[in-house]
Amino acid sequence: MKKLFLSCLSVALMGGIAMAGGHEKGTLAAVKSKGHIQCGVSQGLPGFSNPDDQGNWSGLDVDFCRAMSAAVFGDADKVKYTPLSAKARFEALRSGEIDVLARNTTWTMTRDATLGLEFVGVNYYDGQGFMVRKDLGVNSAMELDGASACTNTGTTTELNLTDFFRANGMQFELVAFEKADEVVAAYDAGRCDVYTTDRSGLAAQRTKLSNPGDHKVLPEIISKEPLGPVVRQDDAQWADLARWTLNAMINAEEMGINSGNVDSKRNDSNPAVKRLMGTEGNLHEAVGVNNDWAYNIVKQVGNYGEVYERHVGANTPLQLGRGGTVNDLWTNGGLIYAPPLR
Amino acid sequence: MAERASATSVLNNPQFRAILYQLIMASLLIYLGWSIVENTIANMEERGIRAGFGFLQETAGFSITMSLVPYEPGDTYGRVFVVGLLNTLLVAGVGVVLATLVGFLVGVMRLSQNWVVSHLANIYVEIFRNIPLLLQILFWYTAVLKPLPGPRQVFERNTEIYFGISNRGITGPEFILLDAFSFTTWTALLGILFTIGIHRWAKRRQATTGEQFPVFFAGLGLIIGLPILVFLLSGAPVEFIPAKMGRFNLAGGITIIPEFLAILLSLVLYTASFIAEIVRAGIQAVNYGQTEASRALGLRHGITLRLVVIPQAMRIIIPPLTSQYLNLTKNSSLAAAIAYPDLISTFAGTALNQNGQALETLAITMTVYLSLSLLTSAFMNWFNSRVALVER
Repeated sequence: MKKLFLSCLSVALMGGIAMAGGHEKGTLAAVKSKGHIQCGVSQGLPGFSNPDDQGNWSGLDVDFCRAMSAAVFGDADKVKYTPLSAKARFEALRSGEIDVLARNTTWTMTRDATLGLEFVGVNYYDGQGFMVRKDLGVNSAMELDGASACTNTGTTTELNLTDFFRANGMQFELVAFEKADEVVAAYDAGRCDVYTTDRSGLAAQRTKLSNPGDHKVLPEIISKEPLGPVVRQDDAQWADLARWTLNAMINAEEMGINSGNVDSKRNDSNPAVKRLMGTEGNLHEAVGVNNDWAYNIVKQVGNYGEVYERHVGANTPLQLGRGGTVNDLWTNGGLIYAPPLR
Repeated sequence: MAERASATSVLNNPQFRAILYQLIMASLLIYLGWSIVENTIANMEERGIRAGFGFLQETAGFSITMSLVPYEPGDTYGRVFVVGLLNTLLVAGVGVVLATLVGFLVGVMRLSQNWVVSHLANIYVEIFRNIPLLLQILFWYTAVLKPLPGPRQVFERNTEIYFGISNRGITGPEFILLDAFSFTTWTALLGILFTIGIHRWAKRRQATTGEQFPVFFAGLGLIIGLPILVFLLSGAPVEFIPAKMGRFNLAGGITIIPEFLAILLSLVLYTASFIAEIVRAGIQAVNYGQTEASRALGLRHGITLRLVVIPQAMRIIIPPLTSQYLNLTKNSSLAAAIAYPDLISTFAGTALNQNGQALETLAITMTVYLSLSLLTSAFMNWFNSRVALVER
């Protein structure tokens, strides 16, 4: 009995010492030895990260993780997805359970500076909006004094909503649920008058309502919500890789390279194109990948514009057309601008 | 002589060995604990994660549907903690009382001679014990919400509503107690004291003369009837402020949100099914000879149950009953699934996600639940020792 107890105690002690060894620093090395990237995504947001009935994930955020996989492994499918709620997402990233979080997460100072996380860019510029039933006869958010609003708990949405109503001296009732599905169900059942989240989320969740045509999105945008991927702060090389994956996709669209013509563009004489394709220069070494990293990204996943149009563009159920909005390329007057690949 | 000296060397002394092993064990445990804490702090510093309890003074910035104390979005996280804690205590307190009542009732029904009654109770127990609680909570939330109409269908705009039911909740008027209400409160307090006194006097009288006194009804009159009389005589010193129907919702008044009703209903029905079985077990554990003897003395079935069987059954019922109370308190944390703002949902949910300090927040929350559980079980143990029968 005593021997059993002593041996259990020593095993526990050794386990504790092993834990005290500290988190492995080289995320890239760990990912390469694992053979896949663990990507944190949402629990089902059409257009951004949503599983189909076979369990295959697709969306704007999913394609970012696939782009990283193409950069690291040369194969876009070496990704495993972890669906995370808004509450659990940062802990999962900080604890090392996932390698990168691509979950339509808003870039804020608190999250960047106090949580030990690093935002590596913006893959969708969004803003918070409101959705109401058409038969309420409301045309503007300023008419919502005294309304009940349903939202997801633990998000910037709650804070922005409270700020908006306080700033305009209006009363409201906030009903905050844990999961997005519950919010939509409560809004559909009439528990609240207003559903509020990022406008892309409104477009996505409207497809899940029983009568999407009965609802409309109000014109007001009450906050800035730059959505982007997040990694841990302690690994600069992995953060650089994530950042430049996104930048490569944007630069490819700027140069007019897409998954269709990338093979023919490989032999292009333009030095900028050569640097992107990896035939000239050694940019890839600093981020620890092969020289065809950007070529693989564009070939297997596409450039930023292709990915956008495939998942959230004007021809998708979300119908978030790019033209004239902030999500257009900077050359067309939008905000999608990436530093040069050199 | 030399062998005697070596045979009693220090290591062979059993007492010394015992102390030595305990010292080694204690220092190993302390080292383990210290290394875990140090490792956590080092890792948090390395990754730039804030530590400390200063976040409790920061502004929360979000609003909460239901709070028993005044709460504004500009209040601190510390205030959020208080609001969440009170909401949890409310659900736990009311839930425990109701679950005990329903549980005892169903448990006694289960033992009834009436075939229909006992089988109904059996069906109830089997259904509610075996379905996971989260499913029950979601079911009752939908069951509470679906049949209720929206406020705009029930109330006319710009009318004053004194009492109304909609899918936003049960709304009653806000009431302000005027000064004259103190007469009523004093009467009620005196009524309680008098009832306790009468109870003691009646017991002594019954012990000596054998005559019974209707303490229950006297108490009812003193605690409820008399204060109501005083209330009416002092001119009904309560001011009612009705709610007013705005464009979307009722403004003002006091509203009980449907989330509270749903979580209360599901917790009570779920826990009561377990309590019913505990009560049945306790009653059946009492020797049937007790029932036979009491019937032989001419006592009716109800009196037998109340005065002979249940007091003996309480010894067996109370310890598992304590576990069920603790379960109910902890299960109330599932309220996050239906947006009831309890401690987990507000403090360890929204507030945690805003300020990111998981360790401190969860440590506080765990301490709270631990303290609640310890307090409940301490009280129940004291109660148990008081009602414990001393057998011959």
